[in-house]
Amino acid sequence: MAAQVTERFHVLAQLEHLQSKYTGTGHADCNRWEWITNQHRDTHASNMSHPGMLSHIAVVENESRARTRFNLLNRMVQPCGPPLEKSPLEE
Amino acid sequence: MSRPNRRADGASYAAELNRKRALNAAEPDQDENGGNVEKIAFGAAGGYDTDVYGSVRGGNKGAFDDSIGTGEEEDDIDTDAVSQEVKTQKKGSYSAPQKFIAEAQKTADEVDPFEDTRRKTIAERQSNYHARARQRQISPDRIDPYIDQTPDLRNRDYATVMKEQMLSEERKKVDREIADKAKSGELKDSGSAPDKKKGRWDEEEVKPDTLGVSSTPSGGRDASRPKQRLGFTAMAAEAATPVVARWDETPSHVAVGDATPSTVRHGDATPGAATPRRNRWDETPKGERRDDGGMTPAWGMETPAGGRGQDDIKIEDTPSASKRRSRWDLTPSATPAGSATPSGAGGATPVNFTPQHPGSMTPGGMTPGGSTPVGNLAMAMKTPAVPMVPMTPEQAHVWRMEKEIDDKNRPLTDEELDALFPPGYKVLPPPAGYIPLRTPGRKLLATPTPMGGAVGFTMQGTPERSEAASKMFGGLLESQPKDKDLPPLKPEDMQYFDKLLMDVDESQLSKEEIQEREIMGYLLKIKNGAPPQRKSGLRKITENARRFGAGPLFNQILPLLMSPSLEDQERHLLVKVIDRVLYKLDDLVRPYVHKILVVIEPLLIDEDYYARVEGREIISNLAKAAGLATMISTMRPDIDNVDEYVRNTTARAFAVVASALGIPALLPFLKAVCKSKKSWQARHTGIKIVQQMAILMGCAVLPHLKSLVEIVEGGLEDDQQKVRTITALCLSALAEAAAPYGIEAFDSVLKPLWKGIRMHRGKGLAAFLKAIGFLIPLMDAEYASYYTREVMLILIREFVSPDEEMKKIVLKVVKQCCATDGVEASYIRDEILGHFFKAFWNQRMAMDRRNYRQLVDTTVEIATKVGSVEIIARIVDDLKDENENYRKMVMETIENIITLQGTSDIDSRLEEQLIDGILYAFQEQTQEDVVMLDGFGTVCMGLGRRTKPYLPQICGTILWRLNNKAAKVRQQAADLIARIAPVMHTCEEEKLMGHLGVVLYEYLGEEYPEVLGSILGALKAIVNVIGMTKMTPPIKDLLPRLTPILKNRHEKVQENCIDLVGAIADRGSEFVSAREWMRICFELLELLKAHKKSIRRAAINTFGYIAKAIGPHDVLATLLNNLKVQERQLRVCTTVAIAIVSETCAPFTVLPAIMNEYRVPEMNVQNGVLKALSFMFEYIGEMAKDYIYAVTPLLIDALQASDLSAIRSIVRSPLTPSLISPSECTDSDARRLSYQRNVLEYLSFRGCIDALVHLLNHVWPNMLENSPHIIQRFVFACEGMRVSLGPLKVLQYCLQGLWHPARKVREPVWKVYNNLILGSQDALVAGYPRIENTERNTYIRYEMDYLL
Repeated sequence: MAAQVTERFHVLAQLEHLQSKYTGTGHADCNRWEWITNQHRDTHASNMSHPGMLSHIAVVENESRARTRFNLLNRMVQPCGPPLEKSPLEE
Repeated sequence: MSRPNRRADGASYAAELNRKRALNAAEPDQDENGGNVEKIAFGAAGGYDTDVYGSVRGGNKGAFDDSIGTGEEEDDIDTDAVSQEVKTQKKGSYSAPQKFIAEAQKTADEVDPFEDTRRKTIAERQSNYHARARQRQISPDRIDPYIDQTPDLRNRDYATVMKEQMLSEERKKVDREIADKAKSGELKDSGSAPDKKKGRWDEEEVKPDTLGVSSTPSGGRDASRPKQRLGFTAMAAEAATPVVARWDETPSHVAVGDATPSTVRHGDATPGAATPRRNRWDETPKGERRDDGGMTPAWGMETPAGGRGQDDIKIEDTPSASKRRSRWDLTPSATPAGSATPSGAGGATPVNFTPQHPGSMTPGGMTPGGSTPVGNLAMAMKTPAVPMVPMTPEQAHVWRMEKEIDDKNRPLTDEELDALFPPGYKVLPPPAGYIPLRTPGRKLLATPTPMGGAVGFTMQGTPERSEAASKMFGGLLESQPKDKDLPPLKPEDMQYFDKLLMDVDESQLSKEEIQEREIMGYLLKIKNGAPPQRKSGLRKITENARRFGAGPLFNQILPLLMSPSLEDQERHLLVKVIDRVLYKLDDLVRPYVHKILVVIEPLLIDEDYYARVEGREIISNLAKAAGLATMISTMRPDIDNVDEYVRNTTARAFAVVASALGIPALLPFLKAVCKSKKSWQARHTGIKIVQQMAILMGCAVLPHLKSLVEIVEGGLEDDQQKVRTITALCLSALAEAAAPYGIEAFDSVLKPLWKGIRMHRGKGLAAFLKAIGFLIPLMDAEYASYYTREVMLILIREFVSPDEEMKKIVLKVVKQCCATDGVEASYIRDEILGHFFKAFWNQRMAMDRRNYRQLVDTTVEIATKVGSVEIIARIVDDLKDENENYRKMVMETIENIITLQGTSDIDSRLEEQLIDGILYAFQEQTQEDVVMLDGFGTVCMGLGRRTKPYLPQICGTILWRLNNKAAKVRQQAADLIARIAPVMHTCEEEKLMGHLGVVLYEYLGEEYPEVLGSILGALKAIVNVIGMTKMTPPIKDLLPRLTPILKNRHEKVQENCIDLVGAIADRGSEFVSAREWMRICFELLELLKAHKKSIRRAAINTFGYIAKAIGPHDVLATLLNNLKVQERQLRVCTTVAIAIVSETCAPFTVLPAIMNEYRVPEMNVQNGVLKALSFMFEYIGEMAKDYIYAVTPLLIDALQASDLSAIRSIVRSPLTPSLISPSECTDSDARRLSYQRNVLEYLSFRGCIDALVHLLNHVWPNMLENSPHIIQRFVFACEGMRVSLGPLKVLQYCLQGLWHPARKVREPVWKVYNNLILGSQDALVAGYPRIENTERNTYIRYEMDYLL
């Protein structure tokens, strides 16, 4: 019985391990800054890799596609600005 | 006493009879009865007949049997057990049959009846060579030169170790010289009296004494080692080891007479034990006792041999086998405590224990704080420093048994008697005239007198059944550590974990002690605990590794690993601990590298593959942690160790280090070692390292091949034969690893190798040949041809070598030579074949398994070069050889050749010979083996249509053999039919097959299951090739005959029968009535219980065929009924069968019935229905879309089962997973659909969105379940919904819970969200919510607002 239980845990643990290997995943204790930063990066990556989207943005911004791409790439660094200050409560 | 006399009488009587018989035989009328003489000679028994009936036979010859056929029956008795002696005197004495006597004898020596079931410890299965691992010393710590601190003076540095090494070598040399001198008589033994005494202890010459060194009694060491060496290694070890350091590294708490994890063979004269650390014996304060005590039976003293006071009664060395009896004689007391105490510290004689409170004085030495001995004797004796005395597993076992029996037989207490007797009984006072026994002997044994106590007999109190006793280990040993969370100890663990048994106040202990206890606790959990305990122990010890430090950790782990009672599992766990700890400790481990190596190196030569892998893993991690320099300086001294074992393991460890740190790093060192002038051992080991590297790393040596060959090449011309041999072996390993590249690297060694094969003989030559054998395949064709011719002269010369090893190598080299391109067929034919067949194709080669293999391989290899006919023609006649193994070898060779090359070359003459030979060999076989069958099958298949003329003959043989008395013969015949049925089909022998079919059908009544299985297999083969319509007997007769056979419980029968039935159901179902199929359905349900998976699978598939044949309704009714059974496996199989039925007969025919069944208010049934649905959806694939609306209400009902509050917890856990599976299946379809871009269908599937959302609404609340099983299913279901509904829909659900204040809600939702990220990261971009900026951060994704 004990073995079964541990096995079940095991599958979940494996899943969790798998999830933790990828960027963009989160957990119950992450904060909104982390979450939204990942959203932004996902968005930029998606926009860059879909030629249609890239053209769309380039036209709107009145830039060349390459420039737009470059801009998006640059904005991958802290897309939402600096991380939240740690609240004293967390200590 | 009377036996020998009687035997003598019998013998004289027999002689008399023989004389008479000889006279009779001389008479003419007895002559024709020649056998008679022999019959009588068989035993004296026959003698009577001749005398008594002699006259009668003269007149009426033949009317009487002259012998009763007793011979055969007597043969049935186990004749091996009956000794020759007994046979001859059988007549003379009547006694119990020999086997009973033997049995009684066996039980007399207290054999453990569970011996076979007990798991063997590693030590028990090891060979002598492997066991040497435990004789190595765990060496003291070494200095870590890479830290800045001043090194601890007690630790040794490299120079010290090397010095010690040299010293021990020199000692050994001197020792050997002295031994030689002593042998030649030049040296006079000036042994003194004490020397003599010591000599008695180890029962060996104590050479060191002549040097004036006092020897330690090095008891019970492995006798297989040379004697003088023994004394000296111990000495050397002692002298070499600085005392402080030595004590440092011991697990320390074990004191006095402990430390003996005794590997000793019991019954050794010496009570000591072969300790890995021998030098402790001198610490044992038991000297004086030993000196006068005669042979004290081991320290686990079983006899309550009194102290010195009892010199008048001799109770010395009671042999352990009769311990029990002697104890009963001796102790009238019911307290075995004293007796069984293995009160280790020699002086502690159990007599001294006061037996007044037997309960409290329990486990003799075992409970800390057992009662203190009083009295004179106690004064004389030494107080045992530590009460704990380890026992060998055997002793512990014996002891446990005794304890148990004593417990059962102890006198009844007054209360118990009261409870037993009806009221009205009273206790009588002893009669007035009663005088207790006063015989001195008994008195002494009976009553240990306390000091100042009254003289005379006192009645002992009845031992109480104390509370504690029941808890204890066999009532004696306490095995549960004080900390109740820890697992109990095994008796063998006592010496390592005894501290945990003591109740101590943690606050009183020093920091080190607390830590020690902590580590000990973790180790115990890991070693003996249940899986969760092990896991937590492992985690804790890893986490805290750096806090504990390397020293305290390894000082506890390593001795455990050296323990002789270690089991595989425990070793694995401990090795795992080391591995984890190593990782954490990193460079802190440096001082302990050698210690660890001593323990881990033996794993590298373990017979268990996984142990070897683990060993490699550890050593390579160790190398990475400690660094190359440390590894080299640590292992360098072992490279020229005198002990071959140490060198061997070191070489292997070095190879692992090389693979971990890269070969280039090690090259300079290896170069230096292999060129060492100082000792040949170093060169030998160096070259061996290279060999092991090649074996371990394979083609990874290629980049460094040149330098490696250069390093070892000098060894080919070494002075030492051993070095030359290992060099050749090393080169062959390198060539094997490098194949087929790298011949350039070997250029420099070709010449010495060629010179070598001309110079060497015996083992050396074998190694050189092996090297050449591996080099030739690397060469290009031209060279290979040239070198083959060169080496072949030597090989042919060695063909006749009597050495088995040489034979194998020669065969291997011939094979390698023949396989290379440059060697031409004509050359092989002319130069090699003749010698080859003359030397090797004989019966002797077939005897040894490995020779057999090698010869077959080589011959097949030659055949590919020279053509199959050449070889087959040479050996085909040997199929009729009288030696069966040899015939098998011939058959296997022919089979391999034909498999590879076909039969097109074989002419009709050879074909005839072949079939003839095979038939002969097949008929003559006695061994149970597939070689002949396979060979027969392969040859027939190879010949194909050409078999036709022989088929009648073959079938005749088969038919005749099917009728044979011996079961094996019948089985082989049936198996053969199965093999050749396809050939018969190609030959269009349908009539013959029909005939065989009928015969097989008649034999279906076979009793032997093995044979029956084969017959069914043969029928199956025939049915498969001949087809259902043409089959004789007709299917409608055959199948009803099979139905009862389905009941057979034998696996082979079941498997073959279900296959046959399945084949018929699949292709010939119309020949059988529906009723018969229903009958079969019922039988099939039983088959779902089978252990073998293939049987269950075949049965389930058959359900599908049957349902197809007769319609689903009846089959389904049977199956649904079966859902009510208890066994889970049966239900699972039934659900699978239901799913298969609904797949084969279209779901709409089945679904109503299944869904109706769900209304049965029974958990198993509902559960089964849901499971069946889930399997069904999985099987029917995209068809599922038609049924989603149909099953949705049912699923919702099941999802809401939580409302049934009472059974909620029970119902839900099994229900939910199966429920959700259907949606899982629909998703997998959706996934497939989207891949197929079948838009139309996809859209129609989209029509189910409302149903799926509805389902998701019911699935979602399940995230709050506690069971991880349900959570897992919940996550999977959401994953399914992601695919079928799209990720955005699920994201919307998630957004509700991602930031929920309750962690219990957040956690599962994040799991689902993470799955969304993994699966559809890109698609989510469009669905993220818009979040307003803060002063600090911009959260709005402005690109999303762009509009053109």
